Amino acid sequence: MRAASTFFYRRPYWYLALLLVPPLLWFGTAYLGSLFALLWQSFYRIDDFTAQIVREPTLDTYKQLVTQPANVDIVVRTVTMALAVTIACAVIALPIATYMARYARGRMKAFFYVGVMLPMWTSYLVKVYAWRLLLAKEGIIAWVAAKLGLLGLLETALQAPGIGGPSLSSSYIGMFLVFVYMWLPFMILPMAAALERVPGSLIQASADLGARPSQTFRNVVLPLAVPGIAAGSVFTFSLTLGDFIIPSVVGAPGYFIGMMVYVQQGTAGNVPLAAAFSVVPVVLIFIYLSIARRFGAFDAL
Amino acid sequence: MTSAIEFRGVSRVFGDVRAVDDVSFSIEPGEFFAMLGPSGSGKTTCLRLVAGFDLPDAGHVMLDGADVSAVPPFERNVNTVFQDYALFPHMTVLENVAYGPRVRGVDAATRSQQAREMLDLVQLGAQGERRPAQLSGGQRQRVALARALINRPKVLLLDEPLGALDLKLREEMQIELKGLQRRLGITFVYVTHDQGEALSMADRVAVFNKGRIEQLAAPRELYTRPATAFVARFVGSANVADVDLASKLVGGAQPFAVRAENILVLDESAPLAAESVAAAGAVVAVQFHGAASRWQVKLDAGEVWSALVSEEDARALNGLAVGARVRLAWPRDAAVPLNGN
Repeated sequence: MRAASTFFYRRPYWYLALLLVPPLLWFGTAYLGSLFALLWQSFYRIDDFTAQIVREPTLDTYKQLVTQPANVDIVVRTVTMALAVTIACAVIALPIATYMARYARGRMKAFFYVGVMLPMWTSYLVKVYAWRLLLAKEGIIAWVAAKLGLLGLLETALQAPGIGGPSLSSSYIGMFLVFVYMWLPFMILPMAAALERVPGSLIQASADLGARPSQTFRNVVLPLAVPGIAAGSVFTFSLTLGDFIIPSVVGAPGYFIGMMVYVQQGTAGNVPLAAAFSVVPVVLIFIYLSIARRFGAFDAL
Repeated sequence: MTSAIEFRGVSRVFGDVRAVDDVSFSIEPGEFFAMLGPSGSGKTTCLRLVAGFDLPDAGHVMLDGADVSAVPPFERNVNTVFQDYALFPHMTVLENVAYGPRVRGVDAATRSQQAREMLDLVQLGAQGERRPAQLSGGQRQRVALARALINRPKVLLLDEPLGALDLKLREEMQIELKGLQRRLGITFVYVTHDQGEALSMADRVAVFNKGRIEQLAAPRELYTRPATAFVARFVGSANVADVDLASKLVGGAQPFAVRAENILVLDESAPLAAESVAAAGAVVAVQFHGAASRWQVKLDAGEVWSALVSEEDARALNGLAVGARVRLAWPRDAAVPLNGN
């Protein structure tokens, strides 16, 4: 034991290798390996007659993805929803995260952190199905709206073209609400973590130099929260892009990317198309991150 | 003339701690005023009360004759140099300095001109396009100073501004700060726990202890005539005889302090000068400090006192080492009577 300790102490690179090899193997095979396997699959194509996968590199599957209007619709629909959900989450999360990080102390702080995380510990499916009941035509939201005399408002909203539907649970509005509910914690936590790191003296310095609270928020707090917003939005954006359960349980019948991946590689057996669809979120996140980087989102890191 | 700052019976309470306890004082325009005290003595809370980061629970804070007790920081004509500098990490040095004029609605060209002048004033003219993270500690300190001065405040508050710098830089900055204050004629309020800094720079020093001011005086008076045992110990670490020790040493009930440099270390058999007091004890430690050494002597009456012994005197005491019996002697008039106990 002592000899081994001495051996590794005197050879730090061996020691480093000993520590690094297991996680690198795990990371390399389980995460990156499977990702590249997936990417590789998307360069195969399926033979329309035999329904067999043709294992020759080709761009046919991608061509199918970007030229067939139904597929383009799915991508556009999913990306629009993901953007709307991300923006809504950011807007709702900012005041909550600001309160948690800058004002709450002691028990109140613990309460907020537990409160944000607690819903994440319960079953995802239970929550989705619960939301379907809440949003149903005879559900509690419609009931409360009726009691408050707001049924007219709800119906006007549901008549909105494109996003409306016969009831909340079968409209994009309802799906949007469920998405926002589901992913909000993933926005709040990184944002709060970013704001926690802002020293109180920066905010005092801003006030000291004559900035009103709104100016301090705009010039100091918000820019320093941007890395947190960027991290949170990557979560909400990619989670919405990839999810297939919420769109199948709640909302209008249109397909989403996640559902397409599920259907194509399951019932349809078109693994290359499923793979091509799942490459879309990866590409979009890369584009998003490079834009965020160009705008200096990570400068303060 | 109206005082630049005046505290009237100000208290600030956190839970059961009276961080500032019924404090009153005033600071004159153009004065270099130091608040000195150990951590938790209330000096920083006083500074925060002037800046407006904290509001008093009782009493009034006056700035230039106006009661600002409930005025938020962004409406006070006071600026602060923070202990951690508090530079905005997402802005360049120039943007940091121009921040004050910017939030006051000064146009971009004018404010960057002003910011450049301020950077020149602190000799950082060439560093404007850098980020704070790319600067050294001393440079960040100067940026913080430039940023705080650009609004031409009537009062500049400095919260342990040199605490994070190394000794040499700290001494240079002390001279520079003092010069800057003279040139600009701005009132400086300087919070520090370093008595050397307070004594060397300030016109007047307030010594804080447990939320109260123990003594407010010019540096020389503070050093030579400490009012309380706390001040005597904290400023220049004098030897203090409390009531008990005083009665043993000189037979009186009045506590007193004696500076280490006023004490002679004598061989047990050496004669005592006239009008001197002596106390016997044993040497506990000798610390070499260059021009002099500090001898720690455990008095037979109880306390450990220290004496500064010049190299010349030390040679006369040759052979005396730790454990040796000696007498400490001081002229009767070197003992400063203290208030309280």
